[in-house]
Amino acid sequence: MSVSPAEVSETLRRKDIRDRWFLSAPALVLIGVASAGPLLIVVLYSFLAPGSYGDVKWAFSTDGWFNVFFSRDIFDDTVSLAEAHFSIFWRSTRVALATTVLCLILGFPTAYFIATRPPHNRSIWLFVITIPFWTNMLIRAFAIQEVIRTEGLVNTLLIKLGIISAPIQMLFTDFAILLGMTYVHLPLMVLPLYASLEKLDFRLVEAAYDLYASRLNVLTKVIVPLVKPGLIAGSILVFIPALSSYVIPRVLGGGKNLMIGNLIELQFGQGRNWPLGAALSVTLVAIVLVALLFYVRNVGKTGGGAHG
Amino acid sequence: MARNAARTFSIKRQPGFATIAMLCFFILYLPIATLVVYAFNEGTSIATWEGLSLRWFASAWQNQQVIDASIRSLQIASVAAVIATACATLAALATTRTAPYRGLTFKYSMLNIPLLVPEIVTAVALLILFSRIKVWTGYSGLGYLITAHAAFCVPFAYLPIRARLENMDLSLERAAADLYATPYKTFRYVTLPLLWPGILAGLMLAFVISLDDVVITEFVKSGGQDTLPTYMLGQLRRVVTPEMNAISTVFLMLSFAIVTVFFFISRTPQKDEP
Repeated sequence: MSVSPAEVSETLRRKDIRDRWFLSAPALVLIGVASAGPLLIVVLYSFLAPGSYGDVKWAFSTDGWFNVFFSRDIFDDTVSLAEAHFSIFWRSTRVALATTVLCLILGFPTAYFIATRPPHNRSIWLFVITIPFWTNMLIRAFAIQEVIRTEGLVNTLLIKLGIISAPIQMLFTDFAILLGMTYVHLPLMVLPLYASLEKLDFRLVEAAYDLYASRLNVLTKVIVPLVKPGLIAGSILVFIPALSSYVIPRVLGGGKNLMIGNLIELQFGQGRNWPLGAALSVTLVAIVLVALLFYVRNVGKTGGGAHG
Repeated sequence: MARNAARTFSIKRQPGFATIAMLCFFILYLPIATLVVYAFNEGTSIATWEGLSLRWFASAWQNQQVIDASIRSLQIASVAAVIATACATLAALATTRTAPYRGLTFKYSMLNIPLLVPEIVTAVALLILFSRIKVWTGYSGLGYLITAHAAFCVPFAYLPIRARLENMDLSLERAAADLYATPYKTFRYVTLPLLWPGILAGLMLAFVISLDDVVITEFVKSGGQDTLPTYMLGQLRRVVTPEMNAISTVFLMLSFAIVTVFFFISRTPQKDEP
């Protein structure tokens, strides 16, 4: 009845894997109950009929999904495209893209600046960039309000300098939302860009200069292609939360300039149309998944170092 | 002269980059600085400066709603952070220092779900789930908020713990086992002391993340369960006095202190393990 070494090691391996499932069980259950699981309920709710006072009736219905794309006239039952929804989705995408581009324009030079500091100074610079990121988003939105309100810092300063005579309305405009979103998401762009730029081999840059490349050429033809994974990672990291942001448009947009997040909230609040809200949520998650797939296809293969 | 110019040519320099970087740092801190400065304003307006005063800090301190919301925030954040960090530590032990096995990718994906799903969607999902459970059980305490917070804090607690574990090789644990330490003793006297900085860092991140949350709390809370952020969100609809600045300033100082400690904890391993 001797047991071969191979069998022993196989038994040990099985036991190790079983232990590892036990160890991860609490985290998996917690996330399953309060994060992943409820998502499935949202999918379910998007196929139910709306209740009269919010919530749902337990009857299968595709009205929720129908209402995402179309609207039915309450008088003559004619069906038309739900232009309000399309325009909000399109607006959100535009704002999120503009935020991403602005973060890129500001974040790339910043990350480059940090990555070219002496090594022992870099972590301090990174720390300075990340502090605002760890402070409350609501407080940061409120801080932006302070700066751009009619009697705020910027207007006061411009009037004192005699550049303008009457305050400019900046709060509760698209400009305010864009400013707030860029402000809040900038660190998310700088960090992955820095991670790429830090690994940049400057001998390649030197070689380009030896071959008479101009500074602009070195930047666009050597540096940018080499840090492409970082560029994509940063853009995705900014685009996804920007697309689904809720607090910034609410605080800085003043309730007029809705984004997808606010549209979803509306269905669970005053709208009392939970299935529509659920369907809109699923749509948002689908858009996010597409962005993530794009990321995995473009960065997951070439820049897999981030996961290893 | 020409030689001199050639020597100062730096291959790392890109014109204008340093200026934009400085501009970024300036933009990041200007609004926060303004907010803090106006917290010390004597007047009732948040626009015109009328002299230095601590009256708004005093007024916030006497505002029972603010005190209640702060205590609630701290309660939720501490309990949720402890739960999240405990779960994350076990999960990190289960997912590091191993050859790939079936289910590992599934675990990674699950641990990342709270980061990937838009916060507003999670908020709505939990609203649906918890409103139903409230009807069934009749319980409407802080348990819902704590569960929700613990779940979305897990990935944040997991990251530093996992990073720490991946830098620890198994040799010390193997040595302990060779010396007849039981698995429990190995964990208690070898793994845990080495892992401690990572766990502490994870705990702090989880605490800050829970303290900062607005969206999920806003949807999950029952009546009278305002945390400090949701209280502030409600106040922003009205005419704002510098009391808001005072509350924000205290809040900022707290986050700043925790993040600074976190920074120094997570920096140490690079020093003693070159």
